[in-house]
Amino acid sequence: MAETAAPETKKNLFLRTSPAALLRAAFDTGSVPGTVELSEITFLTMVGLRVDRNSDAGQRIWSVTGGLPAACGAVAGSGDTSVLWLGPEEFLVVAPMEAHESLGGDLIQALREALADGEGQVVDLSANRTTFELTGPRARAVLEKGCSLDLHPRVLKAGTALSTEIGNIPVVLWKTGDESYRLFPRASFADFLGRWLLDAMREYASPEVP
Amino acid sequence: MLLISCPNCGSRDETEFHYGGQAHVAYPENPNELNDREWAEFLFYRDNTKGAFAERWLHSTGCRQWFNMLRDTVTYEIQAVYPMGAPRPDKAAAAPAPESTTAPEGATK
Repeated sequence: MAETAAPETKKNLFLRTSPAALLRAAFDTGSVPGTVELSEITFLTMVGLRVDRNSDAGQRIWSVTGGLPAACGAVAGSGDTSVLWLGPEEFLVVAPMEAHESLGGDLIQALREALADGEGQVVDLSANRTTFELTGPRARAVLEKGCSLDLHPRVLKAGTALSTEIGNIPVVLWKTGDESYRLFPRASFADFLGRWLLDAMREYASPEVP
Repeated sequence: MLLISCPNCGSRDETEFHYGGQAHVAYPENPNELNDREWAEFLFYRDNTKGAFAERWLHSTGCRQWFNMLRDTVTYEIQAVYPMGAPRPDKAAAAPAPESTTAPEGATK
């Protein structure tokens, strides 16, 4: 009989490779300090939630995350745990890397216990998407090259997260500050989107043509 | 490009959506009693309307929810967006019917 069980080894999590790890040097050289900067935030803990926010299970999960957003674009949460609205009964919890159970965190376990046998899902999606952070006064101009949403601050306020397309890639776009955005592309799109953003940023490295 | 108004997310580009075909095609009550022709008609036969057409759409890149839409297949005008399961809204009164059809060029009676 074949030995199917994987040998028990202690995994060194700091040897993990993030989806856009190959672009790290390119992000450093492609960033224009003070104008537009791009970096990858690696291995954030992400949890997919599917629950009716008005149900009992929804209320229990509400107390773990510190809120569930009510409408498109809304972001709820408390402390460094944020809950992004993806659909009427679908949410994405974003928390720091340390919240993951492989690093001793208890967020996912707490959410599972809160859901208990209520209707819904709690799924660890940490490896599903990676996180790009785009900051600087020109960040909006870079995104506008490939996003059809109105990104003007009078429409898109800081603290809004929308599921949309950027450079034809489906991403969740989260405006975290007046001049900072987080983009969540799926891992397999990270390389393409990273290069697309670098290309869109390139013109801001040159002196402005009057 | 169509600008489609998703009931959850508001106006978004057509590329964020997927088309789901004709709306209001009810599943047969007793599928086992249908003969092959009736079953084939349920599966494959769809209206090919010129004018207002009720169809299903999925906001696949956004909220991932289905909804119904009444769209004019000639002008692409979106006449109504309404939830799944709701009956087709009566837009015949709202849309002005053409009073007389234009005769083809050169046609005389």
